[in-house]
Amino acid sequence: MDVLELARWQFGITTVYHFLMVPLTIGLAVLVAGMQTAWVRTGHEKYLRMTKFWGKLLLVNFAMGVVTGIVQEFQFGMAWSEYSRFVGDVFGAPLAMEGLVAFFVESTFLGLWIFGWDRLPKRVHLACAWAFSLATIASAYFILAANSWMQHPVGVELVDGKPRLTSIWAVLTNNTALAAIPHTVAGCFAVAGAFLVGIGGWHLWRRRDDDGPVWRASVRYGGWVGVVAFSALAITGDVQGKLMFEQQPMKMAAAEALCHTEQPASFSIFAIGDVTRPDCENVKSITVPALLSFLAHNDFNSEVRGIEDLVQEYRDRYGANYPVDDRLGELSGKPIDYVPNLPVTYWGFRLMIGFGALAALAAVGVLWVTRRGRIPRGKWFPIAVLGGIATPFLANSFGWIFTEMGRQPFVVVPNPSGVDGVWMFTARGVSGLTTGEVWTSLIALTLVYGALAVVEVFLIAKYVRGGVAGVMPPKPPDKTDDDQLAFAY
Amino acid sequence: MELADVWFCVIAVLWLGYIFLEGFDFGVGMLLPVLAKDNTERRVMINTIGPVWDGNEVWLLVAGGATFAAFPGWYASLFSGTYIPLVLFLVALIGRGVAFEYRGKVDSDRWRRTWDRIITGGSLVAAIGVGLLISTTVFGLPLDGNGNRVGSPFAAITAESLLGAVALVGFALVHGAVFIALKTDGDIRHRARAFASRVGPWALLPLAGLLVLVQLHSGAWWTWAAVAVVLVAAALAFERLSAVREGQAFAALGVAVVATVVALFGALYPNVLPSTLDPAYSLTVADTASSPYTLKVMSWVALFGTPAVLVYQGWTYWVFRKRVSTAHIPPVHVP
Repeated sequence: MDVLELARWQFGITTVYHFLMVPLTIGLAVLVAGMQTAWVRTGHEKYLRMTKFWGKLLLVNFAMGVVTGIVQEFQFGMAWSEYSRFVGDVFGAPLAMEGLVAFFVESTFLGLWIFGWDRLPKRVHLACAWAFSLATIASAYFILAANSWMQHPVGVELVDGKPRLTSIWAVLTNNTALAAIPHTVAGCFAVAGAFLVGIGGWHLWRRRDDDGPVWRASVRYGGWVGVVAFSALAITGDVQGKLMFEQQPMKMAAAEALCHTEQPASFSIFAIGDVTRPDCENVKSITVPALLSFLAHNDFNSEVRGIEDLVQEYRDRYGANYPVDDRLGELSGKPIDYVPNLPVTYWGFRLMIGFGALAALAAVGVLWVTRRGRIPRGKWFPIAVLGGIATPFLANSFGWIFTEMGRQPFVVVPNPSGVDGVWMFTARGVSGLTTGEVWTSLIALTLVYGALAVVEVFLIAKYVRGGVAGVMPPKPPDKTDDDQLAFAY
Repeated sequence: MELADVWFCVIAVLWLGYIFLEGFDFGVGMLLPVLAKDNTERRVMINTIGPVWDGNEVWLLVAGGATFAAFPGWYASLFSGTYIPLVLFLVALIGRGVAFEYRGKVDSDRWRRTWDRIITGGSLVAAIGVGLLISTTVFGLPLDGNGNRVGSPFAAITAESLLGAVALVGFALVHGAVFIALKTDGDIRHRARAFASRVGPWALLPLAGLLVLVQLHSGAWWTWAAVAVVLVAAALAFERLSAVREGQAFAALGVAVVATVVALFGALYPNVLPSTLDPAYSLTVADTASSPYTLKVMSWVALFGTPAVLVYQGWTYWVFRKRVSTAHIPPVHVP
């Protein structure tokens, strides 16, 4: 493998891994703030116990999200220095804003929240929880604004061959970002909802402790959050899809493995055989007639452009061959492959939708079987709800793999209605490193991440088994040690 | 003064905040096996930074992000040029970050010992990384005309950069010990103060050496003056420490950090990353800066964002201002 491939694997591995922690943090933070609000307003012990229990799991997970996030920010400069030079005038701003406006708030107020129990006034402490959790969403906003600019560059002019920012407002209100943000945030809530349902459901079913009301409330809360989140995912996903047909037609053609332009175009549900080009001629696909046309343009009879047409257009507009340049390595002077990796985009798209739908069904199902005080008794229930935790995680990961692989070979995708020349091939973005360097970091980070994944899952499982009692130390009857910290590492 | 020059100062201030704040975090981590005699004392030490270490680390992220936004060429050349040291730095930051959170989550000596080693080792390696990075920034890398490093992946490992690494480790040890003396009570407070008084002057020698070396390399009269301020402030810190005024000693060290950053970044300006191959290839403020519009946008964000950060981070330190002692540490409670 060359530096380009290694750097791409590294970015993929570290990003997918980071985005396992992030959605759980974002979703759970807001849900825990909600629990604490319920406690402050009603004074019910049940809500305090919920806050403490889920808050602890949030912390175990947050630590991992923070440390893996540092790698993300450094990686652009380290492994993608040409990319950083090219986009720096635009792309750095939302990243810096994320740090200054959102991440400072997150980490400071989380510290206050963890250590502020019994020390800060109740309402101030609650405000810290909200400051923290809303800041996580603000973080998501800035990062997605940066990512959306790579998918659909706006607000720039071309000066000396590089994009130069002309309107930060355009970047922050990029319609790609405005569609991606609710979709991604809804995905975060889907994760958190399934987490509450899975763990709360398991405890509810076990009936080993006196916290039945805590677990029931958690399951119902998680179930409703899931239902709302999945409705939002479907709606925002549709909006995003329509934008993508317009802004990145190749990505959507690749999502469907649609070789030829069709009118009306049918939506492929499932394919048998290899979707890799040029074999896509021989793929047997189970399709719904005209549905793709509707998804693309709200019109069952519209034309959807296929890969072959688009390849021709891309060659005409962006060149048939890579320039001859040593830094492009093996790709120097070679023909440009404008088709993304079809098996990945085709199946990534379907797995995203499939796992999402499965998780949505699970949320509805769990609300049904726990209605009006019912507790399911079958052995299937814990397996279903615990297994269900994985589904929105998988849907998120496949969604991101699809959307990032679907923009290849570009790292900055040309905007069809934007400024000419504002685009970059992934192959041009990589740093001039040796393969040894990137191998070193790839192996080191993968090993560390792997080991930490084991530790995190072990700790979460331990705290899950411990229930609420495991996170709420019994209050000493005498008040002699008032000095003790309510929480200490 | 151009906006790009202002942003050069902003980047210096962000590094200043990071070195000042995470400097004592690193020190606390490195001194864990030195100052604490048992698990409760180790917990006392860790809890002095417990509520704040994460917020302190954000200064690094913002320094990185702001360099990307304001000086993309600087960010790209420095980070790709020091790739391997940065990987080690990141792994160390990852390890110590989760270690704070995870060490108390299982009630077993072996478990705690493992994470304590990661905290200590991670703090040491991370401090080395910061020192190396800053020293490399000032002394430069073998950059070609495109700002790319030529030569070996270890080009950033030089005598000067290693001196920078040792200097930062030494400073973090002193800073951490004074911080522990300021934030704890009981035996550990006295041990920390004694350590800082005894080892401190020696531990700051590499920093003094680095500063003088930098000034000989590319100093001006006012950066020499900053070096003098560093020395005076450090001497004052030790004097105040012997008078058992830990707060004043800590403040004096803060002045030393400010002067250190002035001495280093002042000597660097107008370069941001010199080329050791040819001065013509050196990256400068003017040619790596983002467009005036981007800088203007970022200035507004910084103008409103930074005071807010200072206020609420300051408030955190106020909320957790009480000294921690072994009596404050609750018994271990895990599921």
